[in-house]
Amino acid sequence: MTVEATYGVPTVAMHTDKFDTVVRQVAAHNGMPGLRQVFVPQPIMGKTAAQLRAYVDGVDPITKRPVMQEVLDGLTRPFDAAELGPLEFDRSTPRLLPPDTEENLHRLFLDSEWTDKLPIVLPTEERVATMLAATHRRPDEVVGRMRPTHFREYWEYTVEKVAVNAVMAGARPEYFPVILALASTGVSARGSSSSSVAAMAVVNGPVRQEIGMNAGTGALGPYSHANATIGRAYGLLSQNLQGGSTVGLTYMGSMGNNYAYNSLTCAENEERSPWEPFHVQHGFRPTDSAVSVFSGCRSTAFSLGLRETYWREHVANMLRGMDPHGPPTLLLDPITARQFIDRGGFTKKDALIDWLYETARMPAGEYWDYQLVQNYIYPRATFGEEPWASKLKAKPEEMVPIFRREDIHIVVVGGETNGYWRIMGCNYQATASVDEWR
Amino acid sequence: MTTNGKMTTLNPVGFAPMVTRKPLAPRLDTLEGKTVYLVDCRFDDSDIFLKQMQAWFAERLPGVRTVFKPISSVYLNDDPTTWNEIKARGHAAILGVGH
Repeated sequence: MTVEATYGVPTVAMHTDKFDTVVRQVAAHNGMPGLRQVFVPQPIMGKTAAQLRAYVDGVDPITKRPVMQEVLDGLTRPFDAAELGPLEFDRSTPRLLPPDTEENLHRLFLDSEWTDKLPIVLPTEERVATMLAATHRRPDEVVGRMRPTHFREYWEYTVEKVAVNAVMAGARPEYFPVILALASTGVSARGSSSSSVAAMAVVNGPVRQEIGMNAGTGALGPYSHANATIGRAYGLLSQNLQGGSTVGLTYMGSMGNNYAYNSLTCAENEERSPWEPFHVQHGFRPTDSAVSVFSGCRSTAFSLGLRETYWREHVANMLRGMDPHGPPTLLLDPITARQFIDRGGFTKKDALIDWLYETARMPAGEYWDYQLVQNYIYPRATFGEEPWASKLKAKPEEMVPIFRREDIHIVVVGGETNGYWRIMGCNYQATASVDEWR
Repeated sequence: MTTNGKMTTLNPVGFAPMVTRKPLAPRLDTLEGKTVYLVDCRFDDSDIFLKQMQAWFAERLPGVRTVFKPISSVYLNDDPTTWNEIKARGHAAILGVGH
């Protein structure tokens, strides 16, 4: 779109057919409904040159016309008025929905793709007003902007819009500052990626106990009203305030992700952790309340404790099992956190992160051959970005770090019923103050 | 709750930006004698695909000059260096492959 609109070069964009609806809508919402787009079958990935030549010689699965005829037409056929579209159009919607029966409204919310398919609490004016009373912020104050993917336009939202979604999730008013803080990050919990991402939210500071969040036994499961509904609210506000999360349109996750139901929302077990809290690592005081968000949660590895003889190898094996494009955040039961100190002497989180960085290595040849490394890291390496540019100079058999040190994180959570621990492949994005939204 | 048993609820949807039409570049009369850039967005195996398209042009439309051009970095980043090169030296572009 940039090449066409900004540089004035006639362009055809090639896509795979699974993305037909998405790319046409993206073009229209960017004011270019007539953008010439040609389609080939999905997938491109893993096909031989001969198979891809057959795509070139074949037909566009959408129009059923030869692919190259579509390409040539796209570059030479003049636009008609319909392709240019209107000069501008407004997509705003009214603040209130038409009054209706409770049953019909539940049907409307479900059919409009405004829910996560579970029953919601209808956001009546009274309920939303009660939610709004839990913050000193004005209802019309803009909280942030969000979008489901890089190519989509940002949508904006206010305190009241966040409150509507918090009510729908079943959250209590006392949770609202945490939910506003999550919304303020602008990090979507409903990313559209075909890799089926979810978010993770970790709460620190006094607010955990004030609102009854669970950092102990079952913290990452359905065993706390606060954890459950704050996480659900984060998902609902993301999908509704960013312009949707509809399969085939604004959600393209191939397999989907069960973590998305409540975005792995928990509190850190600061009281039982041997290390400083996560938010303190990121510039907050222990007495501050804050929430940290991670995106791209997909891969998970787990184990029990750290055995005396081979714990280093076991951890290394787990790290090697993660996709290099999903750096590790360790979720450690307090028992395992203390074992890392007992076994390795890691009295500081930083020392353990240093060791994890050095331990997570693989041969350079294997590393560069990962598909997601090829898609997202190799281009940056060839562009000269460090540390990848230097890593690219390694011989294929040379052992190279799999992750950047700054992408490795540690959270202590769990109730010490045993020393189980996990590695979540994900990307830390931001830590937001909860206190500013009280 | 209203008196007739109906409820009033708030709309949960955020505020969409206004859509404003952007210009589309005039199409070419012909590709004969022109330079077409085949721009590799460096996602999955799009390079292999575009090289096959380049071979098609060489076989079927030899009067069209094609340039295979990978973008400078990852597709998430804007790439003004490449776009300026295409504008200066090319007449048209085929970008791919979006997934």
